[in-house]
Parts: sequence; C-alpha cells; structure tokens
Amino acid sequence: MITLENIQRIFPVGDQQVHALRDINLHIKPGEYVSIMGPSGSGKSTLLNLLGLLDHANSGTYRLAGDDITSLSDEQHAQLRRERIGFVFQFFHLIPRLTAAQNIELPLTLSGVPPEQRHKRARDALTAMGIADRADHRPDQLSGGQRQRVAIARATIMNPDLILADEPTGNLDRASGKEVVEILEALNKKGKTLLIVTHDPELGARSKRLLHMVDGKIVSDEQQNAGES
Amino acid sequence: MKNVDVTRFAFTALAGARKRTFLMLLAMATGIASVLILTSLGEAARRYVIGEFASLGTNLIIVIPGRSETAGGGVVHMLVGETPRDLTLSDAMALQRGSAIQRIAPVNVGSASVSWQGLEREVPILGSSAEMLTVRHWEMAQGQFLPTGDIDRANPVCVLGGKVKTELFGNNSALGEWVRIGDRRFRVIGIMASEGHTIGVNVEDVVIIPVASAQQLFNTSSLFRILVEAKSREIVPQAIEQTTRIIRDRHQGEEDVTVITQDAVLATFDKILQTLTLSVAGIAAISLIVAVILIMNVMLISVSQRTSEIGLLKALGTPNRQIVFLFLAEAGLLSTAGAVLGVIMGEIGSQLIGYFYPVLPVGAPWWAFVAAIGVALITGLLFSILPARRAAQLDPVEALAHR
Ligand SMILES: Nc1ncnc2c1ncn2[C@@H]1O[C@H](COP(=O)(O)OP(=O)(O)OP(=O)(O)O)[C@@H](O)[C@H]1O
Ligand SMILES: [Mg+2]
Repeated sequence: MITLENIQRIFPVGDQQVHALRDINLHIKPGEYVSIMGPSGSGKSTLLNLLGLLDHANSGTYRLAGDDITSLSDEQHAQLRRERIGFVFQFFHLIPRLTAAQNIELPLTLSGVPPEQRHKRARDALTAMGIADRADHRPDQLSGGQRQRVAIARATIMNPDLILADEPTGNLDRASGKEVVEILEALNKKGKTLLIVTHDPELGARSKRLLHMVDGKIVSDEQQNAGES
Repeated sequence: MKNVDVTRFAFTALAGARKRTFLMLLAMATGIASVLILTSLGEAARRYVIGEFASLGTNLIIVIPGRSETAGGGVVHMLVGETPRDLTLSDAMALQRGSAIQRIAPVNVGSASVSWQGLEREVPILGSSAEMLTVRHWEMAQGQFLPTGDIDRANPVCVLGGKVKTELFGNNSALGEWVRIGDRRFRVIGIMASEGHTIGVNVEDVVIIPVASAQQLFNTSSLFRILVEAKSREIVPQAIEQTTRIIRDRHQGEEDVTVITQDAVLATFDKILQTLTLSVAGIAAISLIVAVILIMNVMLISVSQRTSEIGLLKALGTPNRQIVFLFLAEAGLLSTAGAVLGVIMGEIGSQLIGYFYPVLPVGAPWWAFVAAIGVALITGLLFSILPARRAAQLDPVEALAHR
C-alpha cells in the first residue's frame, strides 16, 4: 500500500532549518492497522500529512499502491485524496453552518453526486455511526464524540482504502474516545488501511503495529499482539 | 460539483455571515441605486427640455441672416450672429407666398427704456407680428396680442410681460395706458400670461411691439430672424426648400441665410443633455466602484476567516479551480442580489422624485440598467478573482492548523 524511501522534510524557520522528518523508510501493507506515537514535535503529524498528500517531501520517494506520487500534479494529488484517502482530525473540522448530514455529504456534493443518492448514503452512514437522529443538527448542537463520528462518516463516505487519523481522540473524554476508536477499528476490520497518531499509550497498544518517533526518526517499529479489547 | 450545489454552498456561506453580507448588499445596492437615480434625473431633465422644445412646435423653421458653412454650425452661427446681408420685412412678407408655409413671424430684438409716470426701466424689446402668438404658443393674461394686418405698419401699441407690468404699474390697471419706449409713446393693449415659459425668450421680462415700430425705434431696416411655420411636420423639408429659394431669388441668387429647424436645435440640446447625464452617471459609478472594492475586501476577509474550512476542502480533495469557482459563485451571488436590490431601491428613489416633482418625467433609461447591473456583476466577479485565488493557493496543512 505505502512505501516511503529516504523521506526528508525540512522546514526553514528564520535562518534555521527544522528537520521534521529525517530519512524515513517505511512500508505499510494494505489493510494494516498502525499506531504512531512519540513526543510532541517528533514529526508524527508531518508524516501523516505527507502520507495524505497534504504536504510534500523535500527528498525521497513515496509510492502509494505502487505509483510514484512525487511526480504527480496538484490536481492528481487532489483526486487521490478525494478517492483513496480519508482524514480524521483532532478538531473534527466540521463546517459549522452545515448540518451533520450535509457535512457527511460534502465530499459527495463536491464530486457532483446527485442529491437523492447523496442523502441516502449520508443517512446510511449516520445510522452506521448510531447517530441517525442527529442528521439535521448542526455541529454546535452535537457532543464531541458525535462530532467525531460525523467526521469519520465524512472521511469514509467516498469509500477510501486509506484512513489517516491525527489524534482522533485528543479532544474527547475517555468513553467517547473509546467509542470513536472502536468505529475506526471496525473500518480496519472491513479491510481499510488505518493509521492513527496518538499520545495515549492504551490506544497505541491496541494496534497490531506500533511506530515510535523521536526527533523526526522512526526509532522503533514493533508488531504487537493484536486484537485485545 | 453541480451548479445548484455550488449556489447552495455559496448561499449558506453568505447566510452564515449575515451582518457582513447585509452590509455588502447595502453597499452594492446603494451604488447601483445612485447610478440609476442620477441617470434617471439626467434623463428626466433631457426629456423635460425636449418636451419644452416640442411645445414650441415641431413645424418651426428659423431663418437667420448669414450663411453657415458647416452643416451642424447653424446653432453656433445663430449665437454669433454675423450678418453679411440683411433680412428685411419684404423678405418676410415674400415668404408668406410659399405653398408649404402656414405663417411667418418676423423678429427684431433690442433694448430700450420703458417708462410710465416717472417710473423707468431698461427692458428687452421684441418686435414681431400677430402671428408670433400662434407660432410660439404663447398665451395672454389680459387684453390682446399685436393687431393682425400689414406687418409693415408701425402701430404705436405694445404688449407687456407680466414682470414689466408689475414693476411699472404695480396693482394699477395697465390696459389702455400709454407708456414711453425710447422716445416714442405706445398704448398698452395686452399683458402676457406668466406661464409662457419658452426657451430663448423670457416673456415675463419683455415688451412686445409691432416689428415695424421696432425697426423705427432701433433705426434699422433689418430683422434679427424670421420664424416660419410649415403647414405640417411632414412638409417641413418642402418649407425649408421654398424658404431658401424665395430668399435666394430676392438676394440676387445668393444663399446668404441659414435655415435651421426646430429639430436641429433639439438634436443639439439632446446631445448636450445626454453628455450631462452620462457624466453624472459616471460620478455615480464611482460609488459602484467603491462597492466593488468593498466586495473584494469582504471576500478577502471571508477567505481568511474560513481558512480552516478551505483546508478541509483541500483535504477532501477539492481541486484548486473548484475552490476558486466556489468563491466566485459567492461573489457572483452577492453582486446579483446587490444589483437586484439596487434596481428596486433605484426605482423607488425615481418614483419618489417623480412624486415630489411631477413635471419631471423620471425613469432611468434602459442602458442605465444594463450598465449598472453589468458593471456590478463583471467588476464584482473580476475583483473577487484575487481573493478566490488566494483561497485556492493556501497551503492545506497551514490552513487546517488555522483556528
Ligand atoms: N509549517 C512548519 N513550519 C516550521 N516548522 C514546522 C512546521 N510544521 C511542523 N514544524 C516543525 O516540525 C516538527 C514536527 O512537527 P509535527 O507537527 O509533525 O510534530 P508532532 O509530532 O505532530 O507533534 P504534536 O504531538 O505536538 O502534534 C516540529 O519541530 C515543528 O515545530
Ligand atoms: Mg501533531
């Protein structure tokens, strides 16, 4: 699914250079469940943004499903994000003036899917998330856990094969955080590749594979006993 | 993305920032309304003046001494008034023979002191004939106009303008009194009605005497001009032709007069007033430009306030040109709504002016609508390209981090 070779990401800050990613080599197979942990500033988000084609490496190669991504145009990157990648963010990023259903429909709307089809798929997604009764509520009328479920429904409505979640529980209490993680894990069980960045060791321990990052490097890459819950 | 969805998305974005949207609409609408109201005023003035001219009679032909070389120079010549060969009373009488000519009125002008019982005033004197009343559609307040009959008879009678009458006689009756004009005595036989508002001559402030008397008074045998009324509007060209021919025959074959029609004068005034309207509209257009620049700024604010939303759109895989399109749709919607509101406000404004000044035939011309709305939409969109592109060029990671 994903192959990174000698990836470097350097941010110029003033006349200094911040090495956010140093010589990253990584291979992730389709359907894997990977957690990424590490101290603040270690480059976790930078890695995830790069994998999600929101950011570019300064050097190195990135292959997604066998294709070299580095040589593609902005437009082609956008298309890959639209069709193959779903993002889940710490701060949900729901559009405040749209209802839950409209937020979930947004990727479909942007792709020109006809309304009836859109509404049906959004309804199904809301039902799958257990918040069918919240379809017409706006984000500020929803709890954090409900918001993140809407965000996950939006991330998966286009049926991507890669889900990237940057601290998806970072803004939630323990109980709703657990529910959100279970939803993500259920998606992984259905075959989607799942990457979660987290500061929560308990959450990190749930995945089959755990990466540790320090100072822009992957310092450990462990296979774990999967599936305890 | 479907156009309905683009529109709806833009609409919710506008509805989400209600106060901002309202202020924008107001600015845009005010710009458009002021263009419409001012052009409508200019147009009203133009139509008013043209209406006034038309009331003079569209059959009117004016004969001026002196040859105008250029086709459109008649009016200028009329104002400068060079006189190579005089127009005479006999010329005027000869014109009466033209088959297309209904009636003629010779005109002589000058200035003289008019006095009655020790009160004296310097007043413009107009020498003419009985036909003048009909030709210029004047009306009498009291008494009668100049007597009909031979126009070369120097009757000692005069007709006073309303203002002259009041200044000399106050509330006393003037009819039948003798006044002194220059060194001659004239009997007052009529008073002009004050509503005889006519371009060129203010009948309020004038004394009218028979043209032959005026020639004696000013010691001249020439005329200032001759007014000719054609039998109908259709045969004005024949009337012009006959007029020219008759005068030429009398002036040893030389075409030394200028014949202009009411229409020519009208066209000149029409052009002047249209230019005026356009320049007023141009001034009003400045407020439209201000509104458009405001739209640009508001769009820039909108982009910066919705940075994280733009980041999200990018993360969802929205191509840059679609983001540009979304913001342009928003600007387009704003401009259109502003234009519609502006047209309504402009119409209400024009109607109000029409209500308070009923003589003015208010109503913006069609081109003002087209121009105002066109300028609003085109510049509204044009000026939103910058903010829209700025939105599309945001870095997605930074945009998402924006709070
Ligand atoms: N746009 C940027 N410009 C400059 N430096 C940046 C930029 N983005 C990230 N960095 C730097 O790169 C390093 C890695 O940042 P990153 O956000 O990936 O850390 P992180 O592991 O996600 O941290 P956290 O756990 O706090 O989210 C940090 O030192 C950060 O300051
Ligand atoms: Mg981070």
